[in-house]
Amino acid sequence: MSVDATQRTLPATMRAIPEPLIFESGAPGRANRYFEAAPPLDELVPAGHGRADLPLPDNSELDVVRHFTRLSQRTFAIDLGFYPLGSCTMKYNPKVNDAMAGLPGFRDLHPLAPDALAQGALAAMYDLERVLAELFGMAAFSLNPSAGAHAELTALLIAKAYFAKKGEGATRRTVIVPDTAHGTNPASAAMVGFKVLSLKSNARGRVDLAAIEAAVGDDTAVCMMTNPNTLGLFEDQIAEIAAAVHRAGGLMYYDGANANALMGNARPGDMGFDLMHLNLHKTFSIPHGGGGAGLGPIGVAAHLVDYLPTPVVSATGDDGATAYRLDFDRPDSVGPMRSFWSNFAHVVRALSYVLSNGGDGLARVSQLAVLNANYLRVKVREFLETPYDEPCRHEFVASAQDLKRETGVRALDLAKALLDHGYHAPTIYFPLLVPECLMIEPTETESKETLDAFVDTFREVVETAKRDPQQILDAPTATPVRRVDETRAAREPDLRWRPVA
Amino acid sequence: MAQPEGLLYSKEHEWTKVEGDTATVGITDYAQNSLGDIVYVELPRVGQVLSKHASIGVVESVKAVSDLFTPVGGEVIEINPSLEADPALVNREPFAGGWLYKVRVADPGSVAEGLLSPADYDALVAEGAH
Amino acid sequence: MYTPHTDSEIREMLAAVGADSLEELVAVPDAIALRRPLCLPAAQPETQLVRTMEGYAARNGATAYSSFLGGGAYRHYCPPVVMTLAMRGEFVTSYTPYQAEFSQGYLQAIYEWQSYIALLTGLEVANASVYDGATALAEGAIMALNATGRRAVLVSRAVHPNYREVLRTYCRGLEVEVDELPVGSDGTTDLASLEARLAEGRYAAIALQSPNVFGVLDVLAPEARALIEKSGTIPIAVVGEALALAAFAPPASWGAQIVVGEAQSFGVPLEYGGPYAGFMAATKEHLRRIPGRLVGKTVDLDGRTAYVLTLQAREQHIRREKATSNICTNQAHCALVATIYLAALGASGLRACAALNLARTQRLIERVTALPGFARAFSAPVFNEVAIRVPAGTTASAVLGALEAQGILGGIDLGRWYPELADCILMCATELTTEAEIDALAGALAGGVARETAAVR
Repeated sequence: MSVDATQRTLPATMRAIPEPLIFESGAPGRANRYFEAAPPLDELVPAGHGRADLPLPDNSELDVVRHFTRLSQRTFAIDLGFYPLGSCTMKYNPKVNDAMAGLPGFRDLHPLAPDALAQGALAAMYDLERVLAELFGMAAFSLNPSAGAHAELTALLIAKAYFAKKGEGATRRTVIVPDTAHGTNPASAAMVGFKVLSLKSNARGRVDLAAIEAAVGDDTAVCMMTNPNTLGLFEDQIAEIAAAVHRAGGLMYYDGANANALMGNARPGDMGFDLMHLNLHKTFSIPHGGGGAGLGPIGVAAHLVDYLPTPVVSATGDDGATAYRLDFDRPDSVGPMRSFWSNFAHVVRALSYVLSNGGDGLARVSQLAVLNANYLRVKVREFLETPYDEPCRHEFVASAQDLKRETGVRALDLAKALLDHGYHAPTIYFPLLVPECLMIEPTETESKETLDAFVDTFREVVETAKRDPQQILDAPTATPVRRVDETRAAREPDLRWRPVA
Repeated sequence: MAQPEGLLYSKEHEWTKVEGDTATVGITDYAQNSLGDIVYVELPRVGQVLSKHASIGVVESVKAVSDLFTPVGGEVIEINPSLEADPALVNREPFAGGWLYKVRVADPGSVAEGLLSPADYDALVAEGAH
Repeated sequence: MYTPHTDSEIREMLAAVGADSLEELVAVPDAIALRRPLCLPAAQPETQLVRTMEGYAARNGATAYSSFLGGGAYRHYCPPVVMTLAMRGEFVTSYTPYQAEFSQGYLQAIYEWQSYIALLTGLEVANASVYDGATALAEGAIMALNATGRRAVLVSRAVHPNYREVLRTYCRGLEVEVDELPVGSDGTTDLASLEARLAEGRYAAIALQSPNVFGVLDVLAPEARALIEKSGTIPIAVVGEALALAAFAPPASWGAQIVVGEAQSFGVPLEYGGPYAGFMAATKEHLRRIPGRLVGKTVDLDGRTAYVLTLQAREQHIRREKATSNICTNQAHCALVATIYLAALGASGLRACAALNLARTQRLIERVTALPGFARAFSAPVFNEVAIRVPAGTTASAVLGALEAQGILGGIDLGRWYPELADCILMCATELTTEAEIDALAGALAGGVARETAAVR
């Protein structure tokens, strides 16, 4: 049995001590320590506009430090342990990237600074965009959208504008989505007034070519897919699928959540995709930060470049004297999707990641991501059902269906048991296609020792489930809190602190 | 649970009980069980006119949301006042205290169209079909 | 490079997997295989990488200038304690807290953020953040559209133009109309036509920003509130400069049912436009329409206080096409920075900061309007930005060009957003703008600039 990771990841002293809310401490006036003297606020605020009271706590800096330090110690993270989270690509977040994003020349740059005084920032955006275009086979990218879902919305708006310009706006309103698609796909379609047509995957777990051919028609706007798909399987008929959609006059959209499998070995542009997004907070090592911010660039083929959101970064001049500027003069653009230009700090992180790996390094990233996933797959299948018993790409799915039938232990319970051993759970219950699904994606930054230790622990958990299911059903017991009453949270929503009257 | 008699059922797991020109509607035990703990029910408004089979509300649980498709058409005359404070009533008594709403049926003669008898619904549930 | 594999480990793992090579594992059908080697940069060792990135950073000359730029992104003091805490690895490298049992710290921090936003706006509930202020406005409008079933939105022209454009982008997708209310001569929204506009009951929402893009306090008077309420239109307050919430009456007090805005002012660096932290708050009535994540307080099996993501059934990963929005990621880390900032400053620090902003802006106004030909464009009270009309015969652009030559970024040429205001500069002064800088700006305007712009005439 491998070293018990719990001791390393959950400081025992932190476990049982609840941390009060920041609002429950402090005393008036304790916090005013940073600013030069000013006349009292009430003397400066115009009559009738003042604020009677501001019920926020005043804490000493030391108390603030202790509060948030303790909160950080009750939070699991990649820096503490392994996250085999399928579809999330929880790879190591290099610290040099954070340091570069924090350089004062980037950090203090106002977005409305004149272009001539922001050439470094504009060049960084331009250079990253050129790399992404080449790496993924698209004519151009926009670094505008803040997340994958945001990029999807942008892509659908582009499709809508494109068809409107062709006079097909009224008819082309259907988005074809496989039943393994990420939930944002249909939600994004609805925000653009498109209908969703869900296609059942075939027995091989792929999008069925015959089903596509039957589904496409004059009403087809976009077919949204990912490759490899959310089962971690390569859609080997993608070229034929794209051809079928194009023949019907539709556009192909690539959901880039699984791009970590592709770099340097295949390009969505070559597969026939007209539109795509990337999740730089997955593939390009930008930290997840507890749930964002992300950066979801959108890439397009040549015939859609004019529709990209504004502004676009343009370059004029040759190598010696290139001048960059923000270009807002794009008459066919779908418009801006956000405040200002991009989640620029993440542009810096991503560019830094690209340059530290180089093209060859990025190809190796994908190769080793796929190696790690297959390595786990062949080990995990010894004790848990893997419904698609063939080589996977960067992730694979297992099912606890049999275990549930035999012992009552479900995917959820296995996930909770892993927490006790200092591992984050795999993705569970997605894709919806596989019952009691666990989706596992190790990424390329995990060592063989980590993978072996995880396998040992996972095997032990499954064996415990068979021998003594109650132990697993009771998990977790070593974490700061045990299973949480989600029903009560939803029935009696308590979403904020209230001042005591 | 064998389905209560005297009710008609829809494929979307709603039940309806017709008494004269008034129909009461709820969701079945199978539905509440699949949804899990119900946290919120969004009902049509009193006075709203519903078309049979239209999507007219939502039943929300912690992990899922289910659209309500009305098995009967007509004007809503009453909604269950207890559900705002106690949505769990739908879990506890899906066929009794957890009723959702009542309509004045537009055409009592056609209520049974498209709906299933208790035995047929039983068969549907046994198949595990959704 | 961050892959730990040795060559012998790769061989061992390939053998375990039953493949001969890494290439075999990533092979794709010929039809879509790469046709040529990709033209990508070579790898840079870290020492070289740092030089390269510092090279990019060094070409952003604006950071060395004295700056009066505002316009939706504000230069405020962020005490180092904030980033020291926010950049702890546990916060930076954690995932969305779906596994609540060992994400209690982050969940509690988000609950605290939600509380701060609710307290600052005066509304009942706030979400865990959205991308930025502009998309927050679009999402707020969607809430109002869903609540009322109407298909049009009314927005003041004094709302930041970027925000209005994003609103239009989203509304075009939904095939919803966006109409505008004009700006009055005093710089507030001109509500003279309000009654007529609302009469047909076609608007789901009316959106106003306060302070608005001109820095002007722009709220609803009781009569306007009453008209809006009667028409069933939902008032949305837009907040571009969040620090204003610490100084002025909260939006709930003048009738806002939904508040949307940008929390960048709370310690989030300028960073050329992002990432920032959009926020949304609403009355209890709109709780189930609020998009994005929500953290709730509950208990665990043993009765301990516990925090958890809640009301997730509304979100995209469950509700899919019926979701309240497609939003998935929020801006958790930026919201965390803002939360720590608010904790570090406290009410007394925020009030002191706001007072300094007002005081410095008042000084800026006095110094600049004392110069011949320079005047305020609008008379209504302002917070920390002011629209200054330049002397007759010259343009905002020319004056700004002359200031730039003297190492000063004097503000924003309002003509870029409002063609009729091409003779106005939007100037911003915060607690970081020193009296010396303000005096230098006035000196530059009085001396060299007047001479330079005389040439333009």
